[in-house]
Amino acid sequence: MSDLAEPAVQDPAAPRLRVLRAGPCATIQDGGRFGYLRYGVTPAGPMDWAAFRTANLALDQDDNAAAIEISYGGFELLCEGAPTWIAFAGGGFSWRRDHAALPPATRVLLRPGDRLSAQAGSFGAWTYLAVEGGIETPPAMGSRATHVRSAMGGLDGRMLRAGDLLPARPTAKRDPAFFEAAIEAPWLEKNGRPLRVVLGPQDDYFTADGLAAFFCSEYRLTPSADRMAYRLDGPEIPHARGHDIVSDGIALGAIQIAGDRKPLILMADRQPTGGYPKLGHVIGADIGRLAQMRPGEACRFTAVSVAEARAALLDVEEDVAETPSRLHILRPALTSETLLGINLIDGFVDALKDPGPYLSGCDQ
Amino acid sequence: MTPPAPRYLPAGESALVVEFGQTIEPAIHDAVMALDAALAQAKLEGVRETVPTYRSLVIHFDPRRITTAALIEAVRRVEMEAPTRKPPTRWRIPACYDAPHAEDVGEIAAILGLPETRIVELHLSAVYRVYMYGFAPGYTFLGGLPEALTIPRRATPRAPAPPGSLLIAGGQALIASVAMPTGWYGVGRTPVRVFDPHRERVFLADIGDEITFERVDRSTFDALSRAAESGELVARRHAVGE
Repeated sequence: MSDLAEPAVQDPAAPRLRVLRAGPCATIQDGGRFGYLRYGVTPAGPMDWAAFRTANLALDQDDNAAAIEISYGGFELLCEGAPTWIAFAGGGFSWRRDHAALPPATRVLLRPGDRLSAQAGSFGAWTYLAVEGGIETPPAMGSRATHVRSAMGGLDGRMLRAGDLLPARPTAKRDPAFFEAAIEAPWLEKNGRPLRVVLGPQDDYFTADGLAAFFCSEYRLTPSADRMAYRLDGPEIPHARGHDIVSDGIALGAIQIAGDRKPLILMADRQPTGGYPKLGHVIGADIGRLAQMRPGEACRFTAVSVAEARAALLDVEEDVAETPSRLHILRPALTSETLLGINLIDGFVDALKDPGPYLSGCDQ
Repeated sequence: MTPPAPRYLPAGESALVVEFGQTIEPAIHDAVMALDAALAQAKLEGVRETVPTYRSLVIHFDPRRITTAALIEAVRRVEMEAPTRKPPTRWRIPACYDAPHAEDVGEIAAILGLPETRIVELHLSAVYRVYMYGFAPGYTFLGGLPEALTIPRRATPRAPAPPGSLLIAGGQALIASVAMPTGWYGVGRTPVRVFDPHRERVFLADIGDEITFERVDRSTFDALSRAAESGELVARRHAVGE
């Protein structure tokens, strides 16, 4: 591959982002590495695609441009060299530029000497920091997405750490068309609705009681949750025909039930093929909400048709595409009152008290 | 043999599994590969990529451009056109069965009650087919292992087998592309890099290709390893039927 090992060109007058602190699992991600699934290559890409695209679209750029994915372990960086526009969006994180608090989805101009920090806030496990022009680390097999297990993409195929320097482009944006803004993104708000699931391809490997347990019970995310898979705990889902199948393909959101009879949901760093029965798939419209759960949080599932799943996905994509028209001028001194006034994030909604409209098949 | 009639099973709203069976059989895999080739020719609207496995073809698609129902109809039409498949490539792959590259041959021999030399002969005797990739980039799953080499997986995985390891377990064979912990047994090692991101041909074999192993001694293994390191394929190919 000719595009693999070329070093990124570094212009001394260009802005650079110096990582001061990186919690675990901070990586560079773009839309994902596609075209090589059949060769066993993991697609990677963002855990919460809607948040990732929102951050890029707020900069009026390719919604798959490489950005920094930040976990609830937090992150801090220093802008050096020259000014650059950045935007962030994701869970309800606490963001600060120097000492000033910023809303959880915001576009600002970073000037040399500015420090930007993120730490876990009211909810959510992931947030995305997009940089004007995208982060230009060398692509591997057509993508900048980091896959740590195969040491591919991003910065040397690894997680980011303190001391890393990320190249950015000199700004091409000019005031007043480009202004510092809070992003009004209601599609990123937490809600307690059940996660929607399309059944199959191996739903016939489970007993009726097993399926009923899955759709009528609460499941809690365990600490065994990373970019590859989220393991949940809750009532057992018995198999009707054993838990070994001859390998077939794996798509995003696949709900595997292995020998422990508990759901394991395959996320961005999934393998493209695998050998456990899959009860169903969490739909694309809801995968980001699942990704944003923290260990210990509970959720419910509800079955929908493929047509409903497609319609839901198209709805979210339409919402996300509206990002550029949902930018509101950022007030310079932001207090918690103005934050509440903007009502960007409604905060927690109790999953038990608000089962939502989808739980029609279960006796409550 | 008539290809089995497929089942169309949604995998969420953005993927469709076309399942030809639930077992490992050449006829099922032939049907998977025939559909894969036909779809590559047909270039259906919205199809992003396809992933062949032992018994199914997964079609990943863009739901903005095509619905699952429309895709199923389109795939049915493509299937009826009965496309011609190009003959698979057969690869002759050098393999070393001498220490330190054959670490588990003694253990396999003890478990199966066969002499060590017979283990190696059997592994060398087969024509393998690349059934699918999985696990990690380039991790090559092969069918065609002689039945006499059927051995259960270890109960617990062991320290990573190095890249190029030739592994067997559960009646299957594979070529490891990267070091990964595994419950499989190592019979030998190839200097060939089945996955090399710096090489023009990143992955050696396509799914459906055939593979035979050719025994080399340790000094040849070392020489070929150096050649592979500098980007040479090291494996030799010819079309099946030549």
